[in-house]
Amino acid sequence: MSFKIVVLAKQVPDTHNVGADAMNADGTVNRAALPTVFNPEDLKALEMALQVKDLVPGATVTVVTMGPPRAAEIIKDARDRGADDGFVLSDARFAGADTLATSYALAQAIKQLGTVDLILGGRQAIDGDTAQVGPQVAEKLEIPQITYAEELIAVDSRSITLRRRLERGTECVKAQLPVLVTVTSAAQDCRYPNVHRMLRLAGEEVRMVNADGIGADMDRLGLKGSPTKVKKIESVVLAHKESVVLEPTEAALNELTATLIKEHIL
Amino acid sequence: MNNVLVYCELSEKNTIADISLELCTKGRQLATRLGGRLQAAVLGSDVRAAAESLYPYGVDEVFLADDKRLSPYRTLPHFDVLSKLIKAQQPDIVLFGASSVGRDLAPRIASFLRCGLTADCTQLEIGAHEDVKTGKTYENVLYQIRPAFGGNIIATIVCPETRPQMATVREGVMKKEIFDPAHKGTIVPVAVEASLTEADKAVEILSREIEEQKINIKGAQIIVAGGYGMGSRENFQLLHKFARLIGASVGATRAAVDAGFCEGERQIGQTGVTVRPKLYIACGISGAVQHRAGMEQSSKIISINTDPDAPINAIADYTIVGDVMTVIPQFMACYKNNLK
Repeated sequence: MSFKIVVLAKQVPDTHNVGADAMNADGTVNRAALPTVFNPEDLKALEMALQVKDLVPGATVTVVTMGPPRAAEIIKDARDRGADDGFVLSDARFAGADTLATSYALAQAIKQLGTVDLILGGRQAIDGDTAQVGPQVAEKLEIPQITYAEELIAVDSRSITLRRRLERGTECVKAQLPVLVTVTSAAQDCRYPNVHRMLRLAGEEVRMVNADGIGADMDRLGLKGSPTKVKKIESVVLAHKESVVLEPTEAALNELTATLIKEHIL
Repeated sequence: MNNVLVYCELSEKNTIADISLELCTKGRQLATRLGGRLQAAVLGSDVRAAAESLYPYGVDEVFLADDKRLSPYRTLPHFDVLSKLIKAQQPDIVLFGASSVGRDLAPRIASFLRCGLTADCTQLEIGAHEDVKTGKTYENVLYQIRPAFGGNIIATIVCPETRPQMATVREGVMKKEIFDPAHKGTIVPVAVEASLTEADKAVEILSREIEEQKINIKGAQIIVAGGYGMGSRENFQLLHKFARLIGASVGATRAAVDAGFCEGERQIGQTGVTVRPKLYIACGISGAVQHRAGMEQSSKIISINTDPDAPINAIADYTIVGDVMTVIPQFMACYKNNLK
């Protein structure tokens, strides 16, 4: 029996190393100027997918990403860790997409795969933190969603049971398949790439799919299909307060604490 | 329609959650500016009293969907009811809390309505927008303002062509204020039966475990916060000692939380808690915009940092240039001395 799992992943700029050339004039991200990583929560989603694959006979894992051709790096990484295959949605017509246009492209790509039983993805990507794409893909495919999943409890060919995070606490939910699940950083870390797989798959190219390959309405893609527009970006200019600079001497700290106590702040 | 709609979340006690009251306060300002009404959507079970408690916050109309199947929150039943309500009412703006519920529901609604949604806004304003390409001018659009991209920039996002304009806001970012204790609104019952479908049964809740809130830094008068500059989880313990001495709560930056120095509940900033204490002591914090967004309204700020040019120093009332591991014990000793 076939059981198809799709993992949505993103290659993201490493937001800890942002330079001055990180932004384009139109307010979009200049990805070429940044080092990249496999979005951390997407790696957790991949691990959950591989756990399901371990439990459900005949299950396959396909990783889908959208980005420039070099995003193939994360597909290769995912294959080395145990995914069966994957492809990159790459086309200039996808560029400048906000979450709505991104989710449309991803949903269209998933529709090309036939019957899909389970879709997993990270809750959010570290370059935007919006957590929007998962629920938007679920809506476009008209399937239920489970967000903020932390732990796989049980799975069979018809249903999945997960523990998910609430604002204060957790809940255990059972969903009939198909369902889309987003996974948080609290989930299990992803297994390491397997050396045998790395050697075997080293020469295998990653498939690139363009906008014509997903049967998309071109008006719903990229900048054109994005209702949100960046009106203005401002570099952060700090409003300087009148700051008292103190050397860490006993006299200075003595005076500071005395003042704060006197003013009833401490 | 120039109306503003707030999706209201419920607490475990079936009262309106603080985040939603904060959004009503902001929504009231926006609705008044637009000459429209402030509307609220309350979806739950046995929530009429909660709905009526919204009036003093300036709510003119409460759409009340009262049904057992709407509590506790599940995505699809709330999605079915709210998406139909928005389609029928066509508000100009819809606001959601950037909570685990709001962040689950809002994107699904935005996808369905094919409209824009901006996450984690720190300011919401009304203004004009001119499209530089087409030269077309739009009046009274919602400016959705948020730090972006590593905190190096503040972005203003607009959705000129699509309605409603939707945004999420974190708890504590907007202020909760009574608009008028005598303000009266009306309850508009929503027919739930017509909205819910068979498909809603696809997800069932097997069990729930609600945790007592152990850490609550939101209301603290004094906060001692640590950043990545604290260096390690062990060093971070010094902040707890410091906080116990001066009667403070311990906060942290995202970098410190990500590094595992302390619990995520302590995170202060755009994607954490927003605080307004009378004293904020920033220890080993460089001061990324996202962090400052959550603490810059503190009455007094002290920064302890080895870097005299750390961005946080620009908003600090006092900057102590030195290593946190030396300065904090010194500070504690001086405090003890002065108390005598």
